[in-house]
Amino acid sequence: MSKFKKKKDGGLPPVNTASLPDIVFMLLFFFMVATVMREDTLFIQNQLPLADQVEKLDKKYPVSYIYMGKPSENYKKFGTVARIQLNDKFADVSEVGRFIDAERLALREELIPFLTVSLKVDKEANMGIVGDVKQELRKVNALKINYTTGIGDALSNIK
Amino acid sequence: MAKRAAPEVNAGSMADIAFLLLIFFLVTTTIPKDSGINRKLPPIDDSEVEPPIIKQKNIFTVLLNKNDQLLVEDEPMQIKDLRQAAVEFLDNGGGTDNNGNTCDYCQGKKDPNSSDHPDKAIISLKNDRETSYAAYIAVQNELVAAYNILRNRRALELGPQKGFNDMDFIKMQNNQKDVRWTGNKEKLKEVIDQIKLEIPQKLSEVVE
Repeated sequence: MSKFKKKKDGGLPPVNTASLPDIVFMLLFFFMVATVMREDTLFIQNQLPLADQVEKLDKKYPVSYIYMGKPSENYKKFGTVARIQLNDKFADVSEVGRFIDAERLALREELIPFLTVSLKVDKEANMGIVGDVKQELRKVNALKINYTTGIGDALSNIK
Repeated sequence: MAKRAAPEVNAGSMADIAFLLLIFFLVTTTIPKDSGINRKLPPIDDSEVEPPIIKQKNIFTVLLNKNDQLLVEDEPMQIKDLRQAAVEFLDNGGGTDNNGNTCDYCQGKKDPNSSDHPDKAIISLKNDRETSYAAYIAVQNELVAAYNILRNRRALELGPQKGFNDMDFIKMQNNQKDVRWTGNKEKLKEVIDQIKLEIPQKLSEVVE
């Protein structure tokens, strides 16, 4: 009988799990810090072209985003031509002016002249729609724009 | 021989290690920031003022057609050559600016058939509605790069005179914005403004 008892003593001790919470918290904090919240849910394809002469978009001043691109896989019913997305919905070119006015209303008055419009345009979109939006922006006097791009070799944009 | 139970590993320092890692990541991660090419649109001008007449030699026309092909000064060109062509045009300095000053910081060929002065040189960009956005950005990027090459060169010439060694234009601008940079910001701003004045970005876009 003693033979069996001895075998039981020799079993592995349980792994200490006291530090598991630490590890989990560490991961939690890491992701909390590193993740960026997306401002809008995108309905469109939005693969930005690359450029290397870029300047950082300063968040010190207010930034409004205008997205352009063709509707993504789930929104194919809206067609395959590049469209504009403002906030969380598709929009027409004529709505850009009103969108900028609404953005300005939400700002403190002294910041209004510093409003930068970031154009996030899919690289497959053509310039027609971008030109139209630029024209609309000129009409409402929102003249500071930023062609938001990825960072990389610009020549790779053209095959 | 009696088998000994394995001694338990001391896990007391695990929390320390975890915190060490946590603090390391906290310090080193940066939230990715958007970046891109800043542009200023021209205001809509309703006035009937005649635009000033600009000599053809002071305009560098860049045409981008619907097949993303480039036509620069009526010659087809590959996009990789655009940067150099734009630099040569801007840096030519064949004549004088509006005040009659010659360009003493230009190193170009002084060709009388190309631009007179960086102050007068204008790049005109025209694109088609069917042009792809990617090609447009590539062209914009190359033109901005041409200006940056000249400005950087000028900054390296001008900087040492004003006490800013080994700083090109981009670095000057970054330092100007950087709160941690310890140097005379007012003096740096003067240098930056002077360079911007000497080599202004005159990029005009044709709207049909």
